[in-house]
Amino acid sequence: MGTHTVKTLEANTAQKVESGRVVNDFSIEVGTVNGSGSQSSNSVLMRSIFQMGIPVSGKNLFPSNIAGLPTWFTIRVNKNGYIARKKDIDILVAMNPQTAIEDVKNLKPGAVCVSPQEMNLQAIRSDVKHYPVPFTELAAKATDNIKLRKLVTNMIYVGVVAELLDIDQSEIENAIRRQFKKKQSAADLNIKASDTGREWAKENLKKDDPYYVEKMDLTAGKIIIDGNAAAGLGCMFAGVQVATWYPITPSSSLCESLIDYMKKYRLEPETGKATFAIVQAEDELAAIGMALGAGWAGARSMTSTSGPGISLMAEFAGYGYFTEIPVVIFDVQRVGPSTGMPTRTSQADLLSAYTLSHGDTKHIVLLPGSVAECYEFAVKSFDIAERFQTPIFVLSDLDLGMNNWMSEAFTYPDQPMDRGKVLNKEALEKAGVFERYRDVDGDGIPYRTIPGTDHPLAAYFTRGSGHNEKAGYTERPEDYVNLMNRLLKKLETSKKYIPLPIVDHNKNAKAGIIAFGSSDFAILESRDQLQAANIQTSYLRLRALPLTDEVKNFIEAHDHTYVVEQNRDGQLRDLIVAEYPQFATKIRSLRHYDGLPLDARFVTDSIISEEK
Amino acid sequence: MVSSAPKIPATNRIGLTLADYKGSPSTLCDGCGHDAITSQIIKAYYELGIEPHTVAKLSGIGCSSKTPAYFLNRAHGFNSTHGRMPSVATGACVANKDLRMIGVSGDGDTASIGLGQFCHLVRRNVPMIYIVENNGVYGLTKGQFSATADLASKSKSGVLNELPPIDLCGLAIELGCGFVGRSFAGDPKQLVALLKAAASFKGTAVLDVISPCVTFNNHEGSTKSYKYAKEMETPLHELGFIPFYEQITVDYEPGTVTDVELHDGSHLRLKKTNRDYDATSKAEAVATIAQAAADKQFLTGLLYINEDKENFAEVMHMSDTPIVHIPNEVLRPKKEVLDEVMQSLM
Repeated sequence: MGTHTVKTLEANTAQKVESGRVVNDFSIEVGTVNGSGSQSSNSVLMRSIFQMGIPVSGKNLFPSNIAGLPTWFTIRVNKNGYIARKKDIDILVAMNPQTAIEDVKNLKPGAVCVSPQEMNLQAIRSDVKHYPVPFTELAAKATDNIKLRKLVTNMIYVGVVAELLDIDQSEIENAIRRQFKKKQSAADLNIKASDTGREWAKENLKKDDPYYVEKMDLTAGKIIIDGNAAAGLGCMFAGVQVATWYPITPSSSLCESLIDYMKKYRLEPETGKATFAIVQAEDELAAIGMALGAGWAGARSMTSTSGPGISLMAEFAGYGYFTEIPVVIFDVQRVGPSTGMPTRTSQADLLSAYTLSHGDTKHIVLLPGSVAECYEFAVKSFDIAERFQTPIFVLSDLDLGMNNWMSEAFTYPDQPMDRGKVLNKEALEKAGVFERYRDVDGDGIPYRTIPGTDHPLAAYFTRGSGHNEKAGYTERPEDYVNLMNRLLKKLETSKKYIPLPIVDHNKNAKAGIIAFGSSDFAILESRDQLQAANIQTSYLRLRALPLTDEVKNFIEAHDHTYVVEQNRDGQLRDLIVAEYPQFATKIRSLRHYDGLPLDARFVTDSIISEEK
Repeated sequence: MVSSAPKIPATNRIGLTLADYKGSPSTLCDGCGHDAITSQIIKAYYELGIEPHTVAKLSGIGCSSKTPAYFLNRAHGFNSTHGRMPSVATGACVANKDLRMIGVSGDGDTASIGLGQFCHLVRRNVPMIYIVENNGVYGLTKGQFSATADLASKSKSGVLNELPPIDLCGLAIELGCGFVGRSFAGDPKQLVALLKAAASFKGTAVLDVISPCVTFNNHEGSTKSYKYAKEMETPLHELGFIPFYEQITVDYEPGTVTDVELHDGSHLRLKKTNRDYDATSKAEAVATIAQAAADKQFLTGLLYINEDKENFAEVMHMSDTPIVHIPNEVLRPKKEVLDEVMQSLM
């Protein structure tokens, strides 16, 4: 870490901020302590800028802790609509004495630092524009209640920053009212606090930095939502019937959002009773067991977890694959292995999810790359699960799942639900025969019946042991081979049903880029940076596994292809090379795995150094 | 003796024969206690006239967990993973609360690998019959002790068990289970009465049935052998079950029989033996189990009954229509709902 810091400082010293005004293109970092209540203030700051029509994104970098450890919230304001993480901080609000010195040291020359005056941060960096603020004094002015002073301090810095950047006071007030919608007195207190900060700044600070916001019209019709809430919403519109979960960071808020939505929109209007069941399980083993039990019984069922939970679910995931039970499993990835870094982001569960279980197993995996896709793929995942009668993994990550993202409004599903091949009483009567695991249609997908179906042919015995087409126990070699080959055929069939890659083929490009999930934000920005450096690229964003021909064609069409991913081992690269060994020498692997979200500069600099 | 007409098999109240409740032939060892239990399950469901397709059979892994294939072929079955049947049952229950579930597990499946899930199943009071076919030994892996093996009982290879047993009945009562019975595979009369009563119970009904393993735990020195169990079995009472659809006709002397009415209108009659046992007293049940363990007694019968507790389907405040039968158009909210949510996020 020490050498890293020095390196950053050296690199920074070389850069200079251009003189004049920098409008709608900077990032703000607020360094605080977790549990101090700064989250609402940061949301207010972010939302007020959003309400001014300016593209904005927010990231919470927090510790695995309830209260007292350092937390950073970053807001990126960008007129071009880039919402990926940006490494450099332009405006620091250094509220945490534990980290203030380090935070200030990491600033580039010419950056801005707002801090409590008693910290005396001017002494550390003279090449940074400091705005020392008497927060303690102002907090006393904002409220008589000593207990609330710490809390209102957060809103005072909002006022100070709003004044410095010229954020509309009316938007600050709107954002505060929205934040505390049910608590009138809290809203009033917070508005007073932000006013106190603003007024003090107006009278006492002389603006001497280039950063300003100016109204734009780029956020009309857009929403702000985190990926977990988006996925929860998607599950509701997918018609989820049973959800089971065990609390784990960073996935808990997915089911918690789902609970909120379902309680609001999925109770029977006449009776107030639930058209669903959401069960908090005793562990992840039980969570997936319940979800499978519900899926077997005919319900649209799901569970949501993160890395350690995925490890625990391995046995049942194989069971679901082998016995062909529909279920959706959300994995909001965090840094592993083991407990790893629970509050840091990663894409390192790709291989384990794809092949989760002992024995030969390949699952369908969906890879949402935005909050809109968290929603859309959540809807789609239940159709795929029931169509293919198998566990479907939806791999989100902490960055996507827990951070607030600007997005186009979500669209209502344009297709009716696909409940798959289910034989009811009438269908059984008509068919006159039912064999649970027989490939009647030649697509690898058999028919199933739901427990409780009132027909003598309906029942079958689900078993994780070897089974033949009639679901009877078998250890015959040919029965096992037939079953395993049919499961593979099913995966092949799925290639026509899963979300295909999104390809931007640039005919002038020698280099291709393949990435997936939350890396998309950085890749989009990086491609513009590369373009500015006269490097043309094509881009394929993978949206699901198994791999399809689009990937093969893309690699074939380029001299070489960069596979960019957020894990140490190049897991997607490995998958691609295993699938298309002929391309082994055409693949270049870019791996980002320090737990922080991917930033465009990392991708750009890595590719430039290879291309030049 | 002179009748020449083809024999018409007897039928139950819904017109099905005993054969309609059977399963595939058992592949367990000849004389296995589990097969005796399977026969009583078939008999109980037949005599109760339960429609087989309304039943779901579940199990974990082990010899006992194979048995759902040997009864009720017309019911869906789920032979799950080791120790995890309770979670599968919980999911099936919330998906379709109308399924009549019966779970068969063993002592390894319940008391060792599945102890956590067993506890949470009981805690939630998932409506189902949960049978532990208890032989104190791992049969499929050839004779290791399980966690219900008694202290100092001897394995087939001569090893003495050095750890105390987990008493699943005591544990279930502690966790709030409202129907706890202990029986013996060699006591069909008692077992079938307990099974019928369990089928009428509205929450989790736990039946710990000593079921000797003829291959690995039926020798001298075992406390789970046929010989030991037959000699030691001490019924707490004589059990009689009168289903809701039958008239109560039998008279009995006052003070000799306790009558328990279940929520579906069935009656369970507990006829006194030489001891006075109150199966509705939790304190008495707990004390009796502890005393029996200390005295190395093998007490059988209905140890505890209390139907007051809400079952899990009730706790979940679900629609009267089983979740799985709610139509798609209700499951997917209208477009206006999405518009409203989007508006709130703008």
